[in-house]
Amino acid sequence: MAVTGGLLLLFVTAHMVGNLKFFFGAEEFDGYAAWLRTIGAPALHHEWFLWIQRTGLLLCVLLHIGTATSLAVRARRARPVRYRHRPAVQGSYAARTMRWGGVIVALFVVYHLLDLTVGVLNPHGEHGEVHANVVADFAPERWYVTLFYALAVIVLGFHVQHGLRSAFQSLGRGDARTLDLVATGYAVALVVGFLAVPVAVLVGVGS
Amino acid sequence: MKLTLRVWRQKGPEDKGRMVTYEVDDLSPDMSFLEMLDVLNERLALKGEEPIAFDHDCREGICGMCSLVINGTPHGPERATTTCQLHLRKFKDGEVVDIEPWRARPFPVIKDLVVDRSAFDKIIEAGGYISAPTGSAPDAHAVPVPKPDADRAFEAAECIGCGACVAACPNGSAMLFTAAKVTHLGLLPQGQPERDSRVVDMVATHDDLGFGGCTNTGECTVACPKGIPLDTIARLNHDYLKAGGKR
Ligand code: SF4
Ligand code: FES
Repeated sequence: MAVTGGLLLLFVTAHMVGNLKFFFGAEEFDGYAAWLRTIGAPALHHEWFLWIQRTGLLLCVLLHIGTATSLAVRARRARPVRYRHRPAVQGSYAARTMRWGGVIVALFVVYHLLDLTVGVLNPHGEHGEVHANVVADFAPERWYVTLFYALAVIVLGFHVQHGLRSAFQSLGRGDARTLDLVATGYAVALVVGFLAVPVAVLVGVGS
Repeated sequence: MKLTLRVWRQKGPEDKGRMVTYEVDDLSPDMSFLEMLDVLNERLALKGEEPIAFDHDCREGICGMCSLVINGTPHGPERATTTCQLHLRKFKDGEVVDIEPWRARPFPVIKDLVVDRSAFDKIIEAGGYISAPTGSAPDAHAVPVPKPDADRAFEAAECIGCGACVAACPNGSAMLFTAAKVTHLGLLPQGQPERDSRVVDMVATHDDLGFGGCTNTGECTVACPKGIPLDTIARLNHDYLKAGGKR
């Protein structure tokens, strides 16, 4: 959990920072997307790095889901008779939404790939014209898409908040208060960074 | 004062069990929760009914025998307090109070509110001890222990093995208990010889017994009557990874 989650978080962070290139205009953003396809060149062929990375990510996602499932199964087996009276669990909201939050994030990732990677769900949907795709995606009349993205990113934020804290704990580092601060700060930065682009498009930046 | 109790009644391990409602009046707010059950049991006995079975021993918060889930919270609403140290003044007059046993597969119900916690003994047998020469006790100052280590070890040693952490955990994990033992012994010089094998064997036994896996939700610390902190589990993980690396 901790290791695969950590690797995924590294990717997500790089993704968030990369997104911010949107604010430098179409040319630079599209150029950045094209550059991503040339990483490792000339040693690696066009897009090879990207595919290596995608394989690694997929592997992490599968392992992450696998371990999560085995933990959920063990938990279920460990309490065959449930409590009649059970108040809302007292731990943090983030901790108790890890499982369903994870499912939501996974579904969102599928949609997101079809939308902005494959392009079939995107109203513009042109490969290489990343900036235009994004602008078309979050256009004001498609507010429901923006809303869905925003909700998914917030769910991801909660997932990361507990996940990061928990990963440190599982790897044997555990000053609770510092960890809480670091994890919350990180999650908030991530959410704000990811929301910046859709919100900017919604209010008309970049069009 | 008066309380409406809904109590888990189960004749034996094979019985399905059910919640039974009892109206109990003429109670004093100064009574402890267990005294209230004593009063109810006396009244039941007078009526010729079977008294409610529940665990208890010291009634001063140190033995770890008492074990009731009160309104869904192990050891009831008061923080860092065992069931036996809980008083009725923490409840409102006329309140409905649900009482259930610890719920976990490795803690099967024996009768009513009594569960079998020998699974904890198995975890201790797997490594919760030190090798020490027998004979006369050594001088207390023969082996120096740094004060911060002694303090942390003592904090972990406060665990009374009650099992509330398991009862509270949404995963049914006993990691807080296991971690308390690993921390307590692993911080002291006497605990060093078995430090690696202890953590590996205790965790393996914990898993074999059917306790769930820890996902760091922190429910255990909230329920723990001794306030064993969550970072105790981080220490266990640290020792576990180190021991794994050496093997
Ligand atoms: S860690 Fe706390 S709750 Fe768990 S057995 Fe020890 S004293 Fe009880
Ligand atoms: S009866 Fe001993 S701790 Fe409650």
